[in-house]
Amino acid sequence: MATEQEVYHIAELADVGINTGELGTFTHQFNAILEYFDVLDRVSGDTAVTRDLCNVMREDETEPSLPREEVLRNVAAQEDGFIKAPRVM
Amino acid sequence: MGDNECCFEPEDRYHAFLTTCKKVTHGSGKLGGIAVAVKDNISTQGIETTCASKILKGYIPPYDAHVVQLLKASGAAIVGKTNMDEFGMGTTTENSAFGPTLNPCDTGRVPGGSSGGSAGAIAGGMVRMALGTDTGGSIRCPASFCGIVGLKPTYGRVSRYGLIAYANSLEQIGPMGRTVDDVSALMQVIAGYDRHDSTSYDRPYTHTPCADIKGVRIGIPQEYFGSGVNPEVAAVVNKAVGRLEELGATTVPCSIPSMEYALAAYYVICTCEASSNLARFDGVRYGPAADSKKSWHEAYQEVRRANFGTEVRRRIMLGTFALSSGYYGKYYAKAQVARENVKKDFTRIFADVDVIAGPTMPTVAFRLGEKSDPLSMYLTDILTVPVNLAGIPAISVPCGKAEGMPVGLQIMGRPWEDERVIDVAYAYEQGCL
Amino acid sequence: MAEGQVIVGLEVHCQLDTKSKLFCGCSTDYRADGPNTHVCPVCLGLPGTMPVLNKRAIEYAMRVAKALNCTVLQESEFSRKNYFYPDLDKAYQITQYDKPLAEGGYLEIEGDESGEKRIRITRVHVEEDPGRLVHMGNAERGKYSLVDYNRAGIPLIEIVSEPDMRSPKEARKFLNKLRATLEYLSVFDSEKEGSLRVDANISILGSERVEVKNITSYKGVEKALTFEITRQKSLLRRGQKVERETRHFLEARGVTQSSRSKEQEHDYRYFPEPDLRPLHVKSWVEGIVLPELPDARRERFIVQYGCSLNHARTLTGDLRLANFYEQVVRPDPAGLATLADTWISDTLIGELNYRNMSIDAVDPATFTGLLGLIREGVITDTSGIEVLRVMLDQHLNNQACEKPFAIVDRLNLRKVSSAPAGSETGPVINPVLQSIAEVLASQPGAVEDFRKGKKGAFNFLVGQVMKKTRGCADPAEVNRMLAEELKKEA
Repeated sequence: MATEQEVYHIAELADVGINTGELGTFTHQFNAILEYFDVLDRVSGDTAVTRDLCNVMREDETEPSLPREEVLRNVAAQEDGFIKAPRVM
Repeated sequence: MGDNECCFEPEDRYHAFLTTCKKVTHGSGKLGGIAVAVKDNISTQGIETTCASKILKGYIPPYDAHVVQLLKASGAAIVGKTNMDEFGMGTTTENSAFGPTLNPCDTGRVPGGSSGGSAGAIAGGMVRMALGTDTGGSIRCPASFCGIVGLKPTYGRVSRYGLIAYANSLEQIGPMGRTVDDVSALMQVIAGYDRHDSTSYDRPYTHTPCADIKGVRIGIPQEYFGSGVNPEVAAVVNKAVGRLEELGATTVPCSIPSMEYALAAYYVICTCEASSNLARFDGVRYGPAADSKKSWHEAYQEVRRANFGTEVRRRIMLGTFALSSGYYGKYYAKAQVARENVKKDFTRIFADVDVIAGPTMPTVAFRLGEKSDPLSMYLTDILTVPVNLAGIPAISVPCGKAEGMPVGLQIMGRPWEDERVIDVAYAYEQGCL
Repeated sequence: MAEGQVIVGLEVHCQLDTKSKLFCGCSTDYRADGPNTHVCPVCLGLPGTMPVLNKRAIEYAMRVAKALNCTVLQESEFSRKNYFYPDLDKAYQITQYDKPLAEGGYLEIEGDESGEKRIRITRVHVEEDPGRLVHMGNAERGKYSLVDYNRAGIPLIEIVSEPDMRSPKEARKFLNKLRATLEYLSVFDSEKEGSLRVDANISILGSERVEVKNITSYKGVEKALTFEITRQKSLLRRGQKVERETRHFLEARGVTQSSRSKEQEHDYRYFPEPDLRPLHVKSWVEGIVLPELPDARRERFIVQYGCSLNHARTLTGDLRLANFYEQVVRPDPAGLATLADTWISDTLIGELNYRNMSIDAVDPATFTGLLGLIREGVITDTSGIEVLRVMLDQHLNNQACEKPFAIVDRLNLRKVSSAPAGSETGPVINPVLQSIAEVLASQPGAVEDFRKGKKGAFNFLVGQVMKKTRGCADPAEVNRMLAEELKKEA
């Protein structure tokens, strides 16, 4: 089962964050769910999945792009047509 | 196409809508002038689309979902965006970041989820039809809890282009309505091939419901009437099945052994896919702004912690964990095998029967705030998820009351036999008139 | 392998030259346009959008797989590679993981030791390019990044080699051969900026492997590898260990630098892309007709034009160059083949490199004309070089480009003939003889040296005559006549 530390680490890995206040309850609930998932250990069978649709492709044709104002409409911060993002360290 | 304008300003006592379009234009066509509500995880150009999440507050899509284009082309009047569980994650619409929808049959109870807003809008008399989405029961559950009709189409029958993804391999947009006729009419408009969706099939739906079910063989799975189901609910559904027999159908007992792990498989697959689908919400291209004075990683985490609800964060974490190094074989790979087994079970059963019937939900709508433990909430999906794993069509049609609340009869069918599923539901509905 | 042996493997990413992006219809011709002008909801990763695969990208990738002698898989699929970075707008890259398009091939290069060497190819797969980040700001104003998604969704082919290379030189040769092959297949344009990126894996036998990322030029590969090998060897010499890590190549400084810990063992949580369907395209392989590839063209040049192995290798090592050669000799292959071979390999390439110019700058017909003047003896080789330089400089400086004969006349470069030029007014003057006489008169020291039998004195005198005639005299004639004159004086 996952420890509080591991649950915290998963929250970091998923970049969703977790408040220290909720860590205890979260871990408890998380583990209950993982324990429920253990039933899958009993599953056996062919791993080959049925594939009825394949080779779905389109022709190499261009279509109009979005006008830049549309691209930037929902953007919080922009500069000279670029989208502004926090600096990667 | 003639353009008309009308007003839509209902008194929304149940908080079914997140956005209402005060001035609505519509054209002429199959749904000319008919008010249709759209669940808020379906992209509507120029109309705020939030998935009931703070992380998409203010997001205005620059494009329409394929089904929305089809609605417009049919002349429908799109009157608003309905409330839902955040990103489709939930069974009660209590996980909406903007407050739950109330069940019009009893405002102290949940309307079901995640398409609770669409169901509430219909049951509350504000619209006749609405679009919902169903990943693990999210159309059928609220239809059952609110006493309306809801269809989850065969996977691939309705385009997902524009549906803000929660679990790509499981979900479908589907029609919800007051009656089976309403649902069928809406299905005629939205079903069919879309070149923008690589999982879309060329299977239009042109059917008019037919009430003749003489000779139809109905499978009755023992797992749908077992100890996990409220006895009153089971009794009501049993009675409904009896009615179908009176109308000429025959019943055959059957079993779906893979139900033992179907729910676990469902929650592994949907959380894995969701953890990836929701990673794009970072406050850079849409949503609440990331703090550009912080470093990328810090800013990203901050935006997400502040603007994703608890259940969403939980499922993202579960999915991240299940896909992480070392765990793929134990969870995701196993869940896919389990899924294949569920499909095989259905294929086997459908060799001897034409449809399968049972309750949609193990209980009637529970009280707001009653279920706070996530796992116990997940368990209520037990009767709906097998359908999504197998990709088959299923409908919920109201079939009576228990504890004073609506009960839903669920009819499941073979892949691509959405028409037959509709017919059985129609026959029941008409047979009760 | 010998102790201290260098082991190199490369992962090469090339942009496929399709009209539209890999998963949407946005045009791939973005370089001349402003940021975020070649973007649509799909490649912007807007919620609700879905990818649709570009068939031509798969066709191109299969051409490459076939040319590299790979085996195309029965079933191939796309996967999601999940990580967070501002230039990755879906927070996952659609790539291929456990079921790539093709596996197990090889590419032959000229090995460090004699003969051809086979570099094995591990796999070939298709993936999408992320967007482009520009880092801005400073410590005071605050640092931030600017993102341009024009590049997001451009189709990439990734070719992974086995660690079969043993030196930076071999790596460069592999890369050049790969580049040429892709160009011959018409699936790649190496002139497009940023169209090729390389990650290198380097180790010294017995030590840990280091990955070097962010190499974006051909020269950069050799530089990066040379630096890295030196770095690793010097660590080992001092008794220290080479750490297994990822490093970044900084082109401007020619060094590799350790990447920050954001690159700590990334868990990409790969799983199959649920919005795309599997590929069953093995049956397409048979129908793929490959064009003439570099090796075949090289052999043909040797047989058809009589080129030497080395020259043939040079000429066919670049598609444009090979095409240029054949267009130049086309009017008269028999007469021009050898001349063109020499002039292009030994002179033109050097002059172009010096000016950082592409072969595209030279019009084949014009070059043929220049060769014609040389062949007919209108100008000497030396003058030919001068004319060529003028032609290239005119092009480089955006001046009006003169035809070769116009330049010859303007600069008075016609070969000075030793046949006497008649004149009505005076005695018959032989210009070459005249120049020889002047040189002998002004260089008594050299003449003396020649008498004494000093080596080089004769050549010195020849050189002086050539200088006097500004290269317009035929060297063979000068030699003959100078020898005669010196005999006379003796």
